[in-house]
Amino acid sequence: MKRFALAAALLCTAAPLAAETHRVEPGEGAGTRLQEALILAAPGDTIELGEGRFVLTDGLSLDVDGVTVRGAGMEKTILDFTGQQGSGEGLLVTSDNVTLRGFAVENAKGDGIKSKGADMIVYDSLRVEWTGGPKATNGAYGIYPVESTGVLVQGSVVMGASDAGIYVGQSRDITVRRNVVSLNVAGIEIENSRNALVENNTAMRNTGGLLVFDLPGLPVMNGGNVILRNNMVIDNDTPNFAPPGNIVASVRRGTGVLVMANDGVLIEGNAFEGNATAHIMVIAYSQPFKDPRYNPHARNVIVGSNAFGRGGYDPQLDDKEQLLEAFGGALPPVLWDGIAEDGNGLMIAEGVTGWSLNLSTPGQDLAEAQPGPLTLTPLESWEFPEVGAPAELEARLK
Amino acid sequence: MRWGNGLIALAAAALMASATANSLASGLPAVRVNDAAIIGEGMPRQLSDYRFFADARAQQPIPYVFPYALNTPLWSDGAEKLRFIYLPRGTRLEAEGEGLLKFPVGAAIIKTFAFGEGDARRLIETRVLLHRADGWVALPYRWNAEQTDASLALAGGRVDLVTPAGEAISYAIPNKNQCKSCHGKDEQVIPIGPKARNLSAEWFAQMVESRAIDRVPDSAGILPDWSTHASGPAAPLARAYLDVNCAHCHQPGGGASNSGLDLRWEQSDAHAIGIFKRPVAAGRGAGGHEFSIVPGQPDTSILLYRMDSAEPGVAMPELGKASVDKDGVAVVRRWIAEMKTE
Repeated sequence: MKRFALAAALLCTAAPLAAETHRVEPGEGAGTRLQEALILAAPGDTIELGEGRFVLTDGLSLDVDGVTVRGAGMEKTILDFTGQQGSGEGLLVTSDNVTLRGFAVENAKGDGIKSKGADMIVYDSLRVEWTGGPKATNGAYGIYPVESTGVLVQGSVVMGASDAGIYVGQSRDITVRRNVVSLNVAGIEIENSRNALVENNTAMRNTGGLLVFDLPGLPVMNGGNVILRNNMVIDNDTPNFAPPGNIVASVRRGTGVLVMANDGVLIEGNAFEGNATAHIMVIAYSQPFKDPRYNPHARNVIVGSNAFGRGGYDPQLDDKEQLLEAFGGALPPVLWDGIAEDGNGLMIAEGVTGWSLNLSTPGQDLAEAQPGPLTLTPLESWEFPEVGAPAELEARLK
Repeated sequence: MRWGNGLIALAAAALMASATANSLASGLPAVRVNDAAIIGEGMPRQLSDYRFFADARAQQPIPYVFPYALNTPLWSDGAEKLRFIYLPRGTRLEAEGEGLLKFPVGAAIIKTFAFGEGDARRLIETRVLLHRADGWVALPYRWNAEQTDASLALAGGRVDLVTPAGEAISYAIPNKNQCKSCHGKDEQVIPIGPKARNLSAEWFAQMVESRAIDRVPDSAGILPDWSTHASGPAAPLARAYLDVNCAHCHQPGGGASNSGLDLRWEQSDAHAIGIFKRPVAAGRGAGGHEFSIVPGQPDTSILLYRMDSAEPGVAMPELGKASVDKDGVAVVRRWIAEMKTE
C-alpha cells in the first residue's frame, strides 16, 4: 500500500518488496485502468486481467521489468482492438523479464503483441487473432519479439497475420514450442536470429509453414543455428495474402519449410503433409544487396529424417506441367536451388529425396535453372549445437 | 489500492515541500519554480504544482523559465506549441556540437499543445520532461475544461477537436510509456527538440545575455526555417523534417532501430535513409511498394505512402498523429521527385 511513499527508500536500498497482484476488470474505462496498471506496476508485480472483453481504443504498453500480465485464459480474457485508433500494435513490451499468459489479442490494427529489446520474455497460452480470416488489411505479425535475448513462445495460437503468425527477429536464444499457427501468410518465421529451437508446433493452412530467413541491411545479421524439430507442417494452402512489397509476399502457396540464406539449420523429426509446392525449400537470397556484412548463401542446412506425406503435387512454380511430368506427377519433398558456398550448402540424411534447380550463384536468373534430382551423398551423422531459450524461462511457468 | 493512496501521499508531500520552499503568506504570486517537484521522486498531480507559469492560461512563464522555438518543429496535428526550458538559478545549458544541449540536473522542459486562435485558444495538454539525478522523467498533463490547470494523465487520453486544417479528429494525449516511445534511446529517456542545430542564433544570443549559456554554438540554427517550406530548397527541408518528425525512433538505439531505417539529419548513407531500401516489418504499411524511397517516384515510395496516411497500422509516425501533415508530405514529395534516378 505504501510503496510509492517508500519509493525513495527503495531506490536507495534496492530491497525487494513483496510482489503485489493488481486485478483489472473489463468494462467502462478498461483501457485507461489497464494502461494505468501497466504504468504503475512495480517489478515483480502481476497484473491480473478479469474474464471478459476489454474494448480498447488505443495500443497498450508495458515498460516495467519483471511484470507478469495474466488473463483467465485465451478464450476468456480478450483484449479487443477492433476499434483501435492509434499505435502500431495492440500491446508493446519494452522491459525485461516479462511474462504474458492466458489472454487473447483480437484485431489489432498493426502487430498483435510486440516486444522490442525485451530480454528474457515469456509468451504463454496466448491467442492473437484477426477474426475476419486472412486479409491483406490484417496486421503484420501476431507475436513479435525483436532485438531480444532469451525468448520463449509456447502454447499459443495465432491466426490471420498478413505476414508471420509468430515472428522472432534479430534475437538470440529462442524457443518456440507447442503453438498452433493457422491462416497466416507465414506460420512461424525466424529472421536474422541465432540459436532458435522451433519444436512441436502445428503449422496448418498458412501460405508457408515455417520460415527461416536471413536478410541484409538490418542492424542484427548472421542468422543461424536454428533447429526445426518434431513439428506438424500440414496443408499450407492459403493463397498468399501479404501486401506486396513485403518479403513474405514472395512465399509460394503450399510451402512447408522455407530456409533462405542462414548458417546452420537442422530440420528433423517433422511430419509434412499436403504442402503442394514443396515440403522443404532451401534457397539463397536472390535480390541485389550492398551490405558487405551479408552472406546470401544458405550454408550448413541439414535435412535429417522427417515423415514426408503427400506434397509437391501442385507447385506454384513456372513450368509446373513440365516439372510434374518429369518427376512422375509430384515433386520430391526437398527443393534446393543448388547454390552452395565452398561446397557447403544443403546436406541430407539417408533416404531423403529432392530436386535441385542446379543454379550456382545467388541472384542467378531462374531461366538458367536445370532442374534435376538431388544427387547429394547422404550424411551418416552430424553434429549440431543444442539451442533454445534459457531454462529459467520455462522454470518461471512452473 | 496502493496506487491511489500513494498518489495522494505524493501530492501531499509536494504541497509540503512547496510551502517550505516559498513564502506564500505574502499573498503575492510565487516567483520561484518548485524545484522539489522537479527533482523529487514523485509524480506531481497538477501542472500548477511546479509553478512554471505566472499566468498558466496565457502561458506566461515566470523568470528562469525561458520560451524557445524550433527552426523545424515536430508536427502534431497542427497543434500550436508553447515551449519552455526551466533552468535552476546558478545553472546553465551547455552546447556540444550541433546536437542536443546538455541540461543540468533540476532543469525541466515544458511543452504545451493548443488549438484555436485568440480568445478561442484551448490548451489541450502540457508535457514535461524533468531532469532528475537518475535521469529524465516524462509526464503528460491534461488541461481541464475551465483552462485553469492541467492534471497528470498517466494513461493519456483522447480529446475530440478540429485541427487548423478543419479536420475533426480524436486527438491522442500520449500515456507515460508512449512518452518514452519517442523520447527513449538505448533504454534512457532523453529530450528530442532542443538541439543546437534546430535553435536559432538569435535565441542563443538572448540566452547568453540571460547567462543561461556561455556562448552561441557554431552550428546554431543550421536546420532550415520551416516557414520557408513552400518555396525553399526541398532537400534540406525534407531532411530536417524527417530528422525532427521521424528520427527519434528511426535511428540506431531508437524505437524503430530494427527497421534499419535511419532518418537522422547527419546520416549520409543512401540505403540507410531509405533509398532502394526494402521494408522489414512494414506489413500492409508498405502499401504494395517495394522500397522506402524510389528516387524520382514519390508515389511508389513507402516513406511517403505512410506519411500520407492517417490509418492506424499504416500511418507514420505511429504516435501523435491523427491527420496528415499536408505541408510535410508536399516537401518530402518534392524532395523524392527531384532526386536523381540512377
